[in-house]
Amino acid sequence: MSLTSVVITGIGVISPLGNNYETLVEQLFRGSSGIAELPSLRAVGGLRSRLAATVKDVDAKQIPRKHRRSMSDMSVYAYLASLQALTMADFPQEQLGSGELGVTIGSTLGSTATSEGFFQDYFKDYSLERMKSGLFFQLMGHSCAANVAQSLGITGRVMALSAACATSCQAIGYAYEQIAFGKQQAILCGGADELHPLTVATFDVLHAASTAWNDSPDQAPGPFDQRRDGVVCGEGSGVFLLESRDSAQRRGAAILAEVVGFATTSDTSSIANPDVGAMERCMRLALADADLTPADIDYINAHATGTGQGDIAEAEALRTIFSDTVPVSSLKGHLGHTMAASGAIELAASVGMLKQQRLFATRNLVQIDERCRGIQHLQHNEERPVSTILKNNFAMGGINCTIIIRSHARD
Amino acid sequence: MTEQEVIELIDSSLAEEFELEREAMTPEANIYEDLGLDSLDTVDMVIVLEGAFKFKIREEEAVRGIRTLGDIHRFVLSKMEQQS
Repeated sequence: MSLTSVVITGIGVISPLGNNYETLVEQLFRGSSGIAELPSLRAVGGLRSRLAATVKDVDAKQIPRKHRRSMSDMSVYAYLASLQALTMADFPQEQLGSGELGVTIGSTLGSTATSEGFFQDYFKDYSLERMKSGLFFQLMGHSCAANVAQSLGITGRVMALSAACATSCQAIGYAYEQIAFGKQQAILCGGADELHPLTVATFDVLHAASTAWNDSPDQAPGPFDQRRDGVVCGEGSGVFLLESRDSAQRRGAAILAEVVGFATTSDTSSIANPDVGAMERCMRLALADADLTPADIDYINAHATGTGQGDIAEAEALRTIFSDTVPVSSLKGHLGHTMAASGAIELAASVGMLKQQRLFATRNLVQIDERCRGIQHLQHNEERPVSTILKNNFAMGGINCTIIIRSHARD
Repeated sequence: MTEQEVIELIDSSLAEEFELEREAMTPEANIYEDLGLDSLDTVDMVIVLEGAFKFKIREEEAVRGIRTLGDIHRFVLSKMEQQS
């Protein structure tokens, strides 16, 4: 697709490895781990995984009360990340309400913590008399998107995608298409999620959460590694300001990278298990959308979460398309799986790699699983020329998503 | 509870819920113009007062006429008097 060119002019990040883009990129370069044992998970009966990648030092009080009262943690993260993206882009305040700026930010669910709090009180006497006015605004499926639009006075299109682990990859992709079609000049897009024991339990009941490393948290997860035993759940938010190239150039904005390809597909082979062919099809569609061949890709940022089946399937799909010619890494070993935020946070890191001309290795990848071989795994950071990056996210529910960005300087 | 204790409980409950500066909480303060509350806040104000004083006031007509903090003081004191 080549209508209006779409560029990245701002990035905001609230993550287990820092609460802005620069810190995230620095911590990934250092090979840091954002994973720790979460004491509160010990108290949950039947939960075997006690690891989590949580965000730290977020000061919600900096948000005015009237905006904050309708926000759960995920909306707080999304708001702060959105503000960072607008600030980085030096986006004019007076254009927030022009109707030319939209919001496309999603989450896996509405706030589970708020839901739990409500029902704890409700089940005391089945009374709704103590239900406060802000409850619904934290429970609704478009809580993050609506809260960001309301609190920043954004009057364009508001869309709240929900596709579990592929949420923010889809959000960025659909925002790219809306701008390319000229429907909006700019869109704040991405995802957010807040950690709740239910998040961890969702993977634990499927035997897909890491349970063997509770006493050595920084050893998990291990994408593509022989010892990997599942996902480590996380939280956070990643938000991009995408903008038409014309808009960015007109106002003299610094362009960080360009979005050039996007595809999202449905894998109907299973609601929970990945299919190699479906993954391959999604990546090939994104390449076609970008009018690129596999040889044009300089680096692949894999979804690879550290699960048994998922990593093998993605490695096989990558091997089929790229053989061992393109460096591949997953950032889940550093960041855990930040769910709806993962696509955007990891794409933010990919922009960092593009800017630094330096690729970040897969953390905790020591012994490559035989079934994940045949692709060019990055086990150490590498300095090398990189201008085009392909990023995958694959979600439960059979949602596949691939996005391709490239360095703007190449044009 | 003494009248002063009732007023203190009202003011401290509202200050906590709506993050109000105690210096601004004079009896003459208009809850909308001076204290910055809005229609959603008044829904929560009723719940906060019901929780603090263990009475039911949501359906009372007089609640709709409240404009100042002093109106709230008088309304609650009157309600407490009816109950005693």
